[in-house]
Amino acid sequence: MEQSMNYPNSYKYTKEHEWVHAEGEQATIGVTDHAQEELGDIVFIDLPQPGKPIAKGQSFGSVESVKAVSDVYAPVSGTVIEDNEALKKSPETLNRDPHDGGWLIKVKLSDPAELNDLLSAEEYQTYIGAEKSE
Amino acid sequence: MVDFGGWNMPVQYSSIIEEHNAVRNAVGLFDVSHMGEIEIRGPEALRLADYVATNHAAKLKTGQAHYSALLYGHGGFVDDILVHKISETHFFICVNAGNQEKDFEHIRALNRFDAEVEFASEHYAQLAIQGPKALATLQKLTGADLAAIKYYWFVDHAVLDVPARIARTGYTGEDGFEIYVAPNQAQRLWDEILHAGQEFGIKPCGLGARNTLRLEAKMALYGHEITASINPFEADLGWIVKMGKGDFVGREALAKAQGPARKLVGFEMIGRGIGRDGYEVWMNGKPAGWVTSGGPSPTLNKNIGLAYLPATDATPGARVEIMIRNAPVEAVTVATPFYRRPKQTPDREGGAWSKA
Repeated sequence: MEQSMNYPNSYKYTKEHEWVHAEGEQATIGVTDHAQEELGDIVFIDLPQPGKPIAKGQSFGSVESVKAVSDVYAPVSGTVIEDNEALKKSPETLNRDPHDGGWLIKVKLSDPAELNDLLSAEEYQTYIGAEKSE
Repeated sequence: MVDFGGWNMPVQYSSIIEEHNAVRNAVGLFDVSHMGEIEIRGPEALRLADYVATNHAAKLKTGQAHYSALLYGHGGFVDDILVHKISETHFFICVNAGNQEKDFEHIRALNRFDAEVEFASEHYAQLAIQGPKALATLQKLTGADLAAIKYYWFVDHAVLDVPARIARTGYTGEDGFEIYVAPNQAQRLWDEILHAGQEFGIKPCGLGARNTLRLEAKMALYGHEITASINPFEADLGWIVKMGKGDFVGREALAKAQGPARKLVGFEMIGRGIGRDGYEVWMNGKPAGWVTSGGPSPTLNKNIGLAYLPATDATPGARVEIMIRNAPVEAVTVATPFYRRPKQTPDREGGAWSKA
């Protein structure tokens, strides 16, 4: 069932199944392939408007599958620069392309050092492997 | 897989939306073996059936089934059930998985008749074959003339070489069959039905699609639309209550409950969001009711739901707000069912929900 999926090494990950791709002071945030697989068909995305602050560990939006609503937690703190308008119109993109076209928001980081607390691609894959075999 | 009241069951095999669409457009197969079965036998089996359930079992002919309810004395639901008449002295009742022990104890405690009540769940597995190609799929595996079985009728006939009860019933709003077989035969039948349906694009379907399908057809789900504190009139199920048939459990309370203060009504989201189970419904700036079930409708491509509202407002066209994560999102009440299957051939009976 589980497809082999590339978890980019340049991304950082959380145990709540978000990814963050930082480039300088800017970062793109999304949810992982593992998360979309667990959720099933994504039908609705709620995202904060540009200008809104997000705080590490706090819910900043939600992703809804047919069955359930899931909060999305900020892996880092910052200010929203852009939300993925196209994704709001075609939420199923998140199922097809979670690590690229299915991105959720872009933020200006307020404390880039927070990135150091997150999991590497390898650590994350080990983590979901252990979670699955429980 | 999820733990569903003690049963380990898949929410989905592939994708809820794909499974849902397979049932609407072709055929889907559900393993609903978790459902419970209770059998009533004896010279006064009919009297017991008519005393514990709301619909009029005396009107059933042998080989016919109907939707009915078990109520408490106060008029609230114990469960919703399907009653099948096997013979004058034998009734076969299909009940909800999570309620089966409760239902059995309830019926047994009320049995002051010359009848035996048997908890029979371990004798039956149940498979549901649903969709416009359900008949063509199942017909490949049985000598029973399936087209001759009317909606809400059943026959006892072998499927392959397996003795089966084949009922033209379902919980999807589509044509189809629910078949009851011995548990040790279920796996083989499952495989054979999937094989027989391959040419039509059959899909194995999980609990997720079962829920989106029944919601579009506005079929009640215990614990959501119907609970111990809801009566059949509130749930828009007055048609399964036969007040004139004589005494039955809950009758006295229901006699005082006609014209209920709140009623079940369908809604569609207008604003962005999905109204889900338990969310508050507001009208004119005040809480007015609650959502019992809600989610995306794959067939209509809208976000739909059911809610309890004051009866005066429970008519199509009322503007309401669903409180979604502390923010009001606009919705409008609509007529139900949300989906009614197209009538395809003259031999097909009834609509999405035959009120026989």
